[in-house]
Amino acid sequence: MRNSKLVTLEEAIKRSGLQNGMTISFHHHFRGGDKVVNMVVDKLAEMGFKDLKLAASSLSDVHAPLIDHIKNGVITGISTSGLRGALADAISHGLMKEPVVFRSHGGRGSAIANGELKIDVAFLGASSADELGNACGYSRSENAKSICGSLGYALPDARYAKHVVVITDDLVEYPNMPMSIHAADVESVVVVDSVGDSSKIAAGAIRDSKNPRDILLAKQAAKVIINSGLFVDGFSIQTGTGGASLAAVKYIREEMINRGIKASFALGGITAHMVKLHEEGLIGKLIDVQSFDKVAAESIKNDPTHQEVSAVEYASGQHLGSATHALDIVILSALEVDTDFNVNVLVGSDGIIRGAIGGHQDTAADSALSIIVCPLLRGRIPCVVPHVTTLITPGKSVDVVVTEYGIAVNPGRPEIAEKLKAAGLHVVDIKELAAKASSIIGTPDPLPFGDKVVGIVMNRDGSVLDKIHNIVE
Amino acid sequence: MMFVPGNNPGMMADAHIYGPDSIMLDLEDSVTMAEKDAARLLVHNALKTIDYGNTEMVVRINPLNTPYGKKDVEAVVKAGVDVIRMPKTETAQEVRELEAEILKVEQEIGRVGETRIMAAIESALGIVNAYAIATASPRMMGIALGAEDYSANLKTNRTPGGAELLLAREQIVVAARAAGICCFDTVYSNLDDMETFRKEVELIKTLGFDGKSIINPRQIEVVNSVFTPTEKEITKARAVVAAIKEAQAKGSGVIAVNGKMVDRPVVLRAERTIALAVAAGVISEEEAL
Repeated sequence: MRNSKLVTLEEAIKRSGLQNGMTISFHHHFRGGDKVVNMVVDKLAEMGFKDLKLAASSLSDVHAPLIDHIKNGVITGISTSGLRGALADAISHGLMKEPVVFRSHGGRGSAIANGELKIDVAFLGASSADELGNACGYSRSENAKSICGSLGYALPDARYAKHVVVITDDLVEYPNMPMSIHAADVESVVVVDSVGDSSKIAAGAIRDSKNPRDILLAKQAAKVIINSGLFVDGFSIQTGTGGASLAAVKYIREEMINRGIKASFALGGITAHMVKLHEEGLIGKLIDVQSFDKVAAESIKNDPTHQEVSAVEYASGQHLGSATHALDIVILSALEVDTDFNVNVLVGSDGIIRGAIGGHQDTAADSALSIIVCPLLRGRIPCVVPHVTTLITPGKSVDVVVTEYGIAVNPGRPEIAEKLKAAGLHVVDIKELAAKASSIIGTPDPLPFGDKVVGIVMNRDGSVLDKIHNIVE
Repeated sequence: MMFVPGNNPGMMADAHIYGPDSIMLDLEDSVTMAEKDAARLLVHNALKTIDYGNTEMVVRINPLNTPYGKKDVEAVVKAGVDVIRMPKTETAQEVRELEAEILKVEQEIGRVGETRIMAAIESALGIVNAYAIATASPRMMGIALGAEDYSANLKTNRTPGGAELLLAREQIVVAARAAGICCFDTVYSNLDDMETFRKEVELIKTLGFDGKSIINPRQIEVVNSVFTPTEKEITKARAVVAAIKEAQAKGSGVIAVNGKMVDRPVVLRAERTIALAVAAGVISEEEAL
């Protein structure tokens, strides 16, 4: 077609004007199935690029090949929401000279929008695109190979990067509308065999957790919500994808039906559970920055009341009117919570990075009620501790901690504690929970951290919250 | 009563958080021969170190005629267990033998008479001897049905309706009531079929059982919901108890509630309803008075 932007990956890179030392960016909507990051960085290495800064919305197990590109100097800087697997392990042991910069999803959106995180070339995978670059996280064609739903985390990159390359495995006829990424923001379109392994991009049917501890935690979290005073017609909610979060939705749904109340919107990572409530008429709209499963991805494709938002619109702390500002209730998880209600979702009890900030900081800070659901013990690991290994979400934004041994309420929210006690819930001092954990497990030896800083945790306002040191075996 | 394998420290550590009335740590069928010693040590230490709160702690030991039984008794009595569950009980003599073993250990540690006994009846002979077993020792607190071994012994299979267990269940309830002790029904092991499980719990409640053995915390809610008296039942029971108190104060033996005469069995049933409501936590002890 006239004005086609279709080129090979190599041509797209040449055309982008990318130079050594510049910043490239990626989104993580293809999750564990992603092939785009490795494909592009392999090509950049082959073309002889060095000293590139990689700004991803998140990185996971599948990105282990980056280890070699870090060793050979192709990648010298990383910013991301999270790290997992072999790459996380290597970085925790001091693989990189420069520390990795960790930002929340809202924090990354803000940093891109306000120019703190400057992206030179964005390589954005898409499940469909036309030759001018209108791109989506799903495809309406018969040749659809992948589906991820919302492209929310890619949208700030598409809008603010100096140069945007869309990479798709399903080139469709113009116009690919409605679109997530606008052709006006796109310089090149590259067609590849596969942007990702679809079985690992979006899970099919989610089964309800049968883990009794998850069920117990879910019931307690649901009771907190139901008795919080915020569970009224028109409330709004966000939950995670953990077993307890998903199970909580089930109990909340039952109570919504019993009391005849409806939610105005559900936010965030949208799951099949939320889609079900939406389709039943119990939730007015779905505001979706990331579709967690196939059902959610199909829903955003077909349902106009299931709305895609960018990371900025979702959770920026620096943009008035981001959706988190209107959010009533959020259920979040944690690796560790401490007696000041600080939360760690990034660094494991072994000192190895094994998680992601995600929207944790953003939703905890902006919501009217933030509930952390966290078992007191995971095997022999205590999860309520005197001090978190790494500070990710400051305790002042955390309202309630639900464990299997009782519910702790932030002393800054006495009115919530009163309501929960009046409802007969087992409200305890968080120090009692930490003491209980320690009485069962004992006090773990201090972690063998070294002197090298391997990670910097940013707060969503752009300030530094904490540093992560290398772990020494 | 929730069964927890005695060789699984993860499950033992927090079994009480799900709120079962009692926990049975198992040293018998869920532990392989190779793990008997390790499990015994684990159970001993779990009982000594974990704060199970008000949960009644039961340990199912290996039969005394195995190389493990006596060692099990020593380990759990020394750890202060509430109840020892004796498996595959067939005669009163076996209960007395266990009682002697318990006493020996109790005397050693100066805690005489604290350990109670529950006998699991899992054979035709055991069912025939149920009353003798139930009355074999003042330590006897209950008898329980073990349905898998029992139905194998009968040369039949377990069915969803439980026709094969009917006589055994009734015999156990009758023996327990005659002896003035508790009776507990067997486990139901299909965790994916909560409907049939609920029907079974309803059946055994009707038969007169005090409780049900369970193998997963997910079953607790069903048992509690079946055994917990409804609001209507509680209101009625309270009216009966209030009326009888009033009648007693006046020196009258015969009472009427809502125009109907109330006799002693009705009063006893009302008192049990209130006791169950208190146990289930739907009313407080003060409210029950």
